[in-house]
Amino acid sequence: MRLNDFFLITFLSVREQPLRSFLTALGIAVGISAVVLLTSLGEGLHRFVLSEFTQFGTNLIAINPGKKSTLGVSGAVISNVRPLSIDDADALSMLPGVIKSQPVIQGNAAVEAGKRQRRTTVFGVGSDTPEVWQLSVAAGHFLPNDPPRNARPYAVLGSRLRKELFKQEPFLGKRLRIGGEVYRVIGGMESKGQMLGFDLDDAVYLPIAKAMSMFNRESLMEIDLLYDKDHSAESITIAASKMLKKRHGSEDFTITTQEQMLETLGSVLNILTIAVGALGGISLVVGGVGIFTIMTIAVNERRAEIGLLCALGASRQLVRLLFLGEAITLSLLGGLAGLILGVGCALGLALLVPALPIHTSWGFVAAAELIAVLVGLGAGVLPANNAASLPPVEALRAE
Amino acid sequence: MIELLNIERVFLVGDEEVHALRQISFDVATGEYVAIMGSSGSGKSTLLNILGLLDRPDSGVYQLDSQRVSELDEDHLAEVRRHQIGFVFQFFHLIPRLTAFENVELPLTLAGVAPSLRKQKVTDALAAFGLRDRARHRPAQLSGGQRQRVAIARATIMEPKIILADEPTGNLDSSSGSEVINILEELNRLGITVIMVTHDHAIGARASRIIRMADGRIESDSRHR
Ligand SMILES: Nc1ncnc2c1ncn2[C@@H]1O[C@H](COP(=O)(O)OP(=O)(O)OP(=O)(O)O)[C@@H](O)[C@H]1O
Ligand SMILES: [Mg+2]
Repeated sequence: MRLNDFFLITFLSVREQPLRSFLTALGIAVGISAVVLLTSLGEGLHRFVLSEFTQFGTNLIAINPGKKSTLGVSGAVISNVRPLSIDDADALSMLPGVIKSQPVIQGNAAVEAGKRQRRTTVFGVGSDTPEVWQLSVAAGHFLPNDPPRNARPYAVLGSRLRKELFKQEPFLGKRLRIGGEVYRVIGGMESKGQMLGFDLDDAVYLPIAKAMSMFNRESLMEIDLLYDKDHSAESITIAASKMLKKRHGSEDFTITTQEQMLETLGSVLNILTIAVGALGGISLVVGGVGIFTIMTIAVNERRAEIGLLCALGASRQLVRLLFLGEAITLSLLGGLAGLILGVGCALGLALLVPALPIHTSWGFVAAAELIAVLVGLGAGVLPANNAASLPPVEALRAE
Repeated sequence: MIELLNIERVFLVGDEEVHALRQISFDVATGEYVAIMGSSGSGKSTLLNILGLLDRPDSGVYQLDSQRVSELDEDHLAEVRRHQIGFVFQFFHLIPRLTAFENVELPLTLAGVAPSLRKQKVTDALAAFGLRDRARHRPAQLSGGQRQRVAIARATIMEPKIILADEPTGNLDSSSGSEVINILEELNRLGITVIMVTHDHAIGARASRIIRMADGRIESDSRHR
């Protein structure tokens, strides 16, 4: 039998009972569209979170006070914690491979400019922030590299805060009042957007020591190390850890590399995407059961036809393939409909809710289609074998 | 061309053995026109199914064109059926979703014949059986006589040497019935061996040979004309 005749004949059988074929294929279509839609959401989320992290560059290491331990932190250990200091940050910047060492504290305060006032995030940072966090200065300069304890009272504005306080007016050189102290605006940043909930635009950047005294803090919240691409995160981690242990006498800090964060995050998100895909996969299995049922019924209904095919000289193998072809045609039609439905829903959702991160991964789509065909194949095997093993005489007698 | 020797067919119904065919032996020469007659349950259909290679005897030898077909495997049997044997059934066995044209075309399609040749052959066959203007009709839109003519066109489209017909007029009124018999006789005149099961004595009498069966045995085998 010719291949196109084969497809035509299986297609005619599927078309003969449009409603029944439609309902059967619908099961697969729902499964496929669920897989496509859910993995699109999962993959979109995945990419969204990863890009949030990597917008600060990937060769960054964060050091936080306190030892994270799987055994938990006892009170005795906490009392032993020595705070991270600006001196620690300075010392770390001397390590080979470390380009910049960035002390960070963060808090909230009201910022007044003339009559306008706004509560905003205050970042106490060093002069290298633009390089370490990959921010750009839109106007003026970033904070100068003053000696920490004698820093001049300068402030740099995030783009959102600048708009709120100064609209379109000139702002360089203007005075701000923050926490009872007066600062002079020397620069404004380009918009950077949010990073995991922190709005880097609705923020003011102050010299680290000024911010520490404003918030009454003795210690840093974090030290960020920007390191040379030629060095591995691991070697920097080991060197930094060694130095801090020497300075503090014990390991009372936690070092997190960007790679580690990305890795754990990536694997969590992958599991999420796969889990969500598997959920859709379950509906595919249900669709497969539908095909199995319908094909079993079809083989029973068409016993006379099977007998006739035998009488006309069709081999058992051909009879088997014809019914298998029908099962696969059903699942393939369902798969295509599901693909259109799923991608359509994903696109529609992306249009309706632009904030929702959606990314259709064609790898998952191809996998889903393949699974649909396999489901059809699996569901069709038994009924097709039943058809092929029907004795022709028995089959012809049915009517 | 057909040689049967001591063919036996036994069906097991529960614990009981039903001897559908016992010690059946006879030959059919090329071009013969044979009617098989006998009361209901005498084994006529069982015999025809074995002749058509749709069923296997439990014992005995069946030679078709000097080939021991009782020993062939399924695929070879299918091939012999495809090229040598045409079936006509009491209940037509047309595929309802296919048109008359497509039903007649089906054996050619299954055999992988090229579409252009198929089209020509089927068009000719439909014209020969007076079905030219019914090509696009589905079986449900045809009369019984027309359906059986479509079935005969289908049975002959592969140019078989043998036509096996199990009560081909059993479902037809007498005028369409005699139309069908005329066609079978015409095919026989063209050299095709025709073996037909019938209950109708008038129809049986028109054959050149009548095999009468009773209780799975051949009761009589007579030639006339
Ligand atoms: N598949 C089967 N299983 C069990 N018994 C069968 C089977 N096929 C036929 N028989 C039995 O074999 C015997 C012959 O049946 P067959 O169909 O050949 O009769 P027939 O001569 O064609 O009858 P009819 O004129 O009614 O068509 C009957 O007793 C029937 O019950
Ligand atoms: Mg019978």
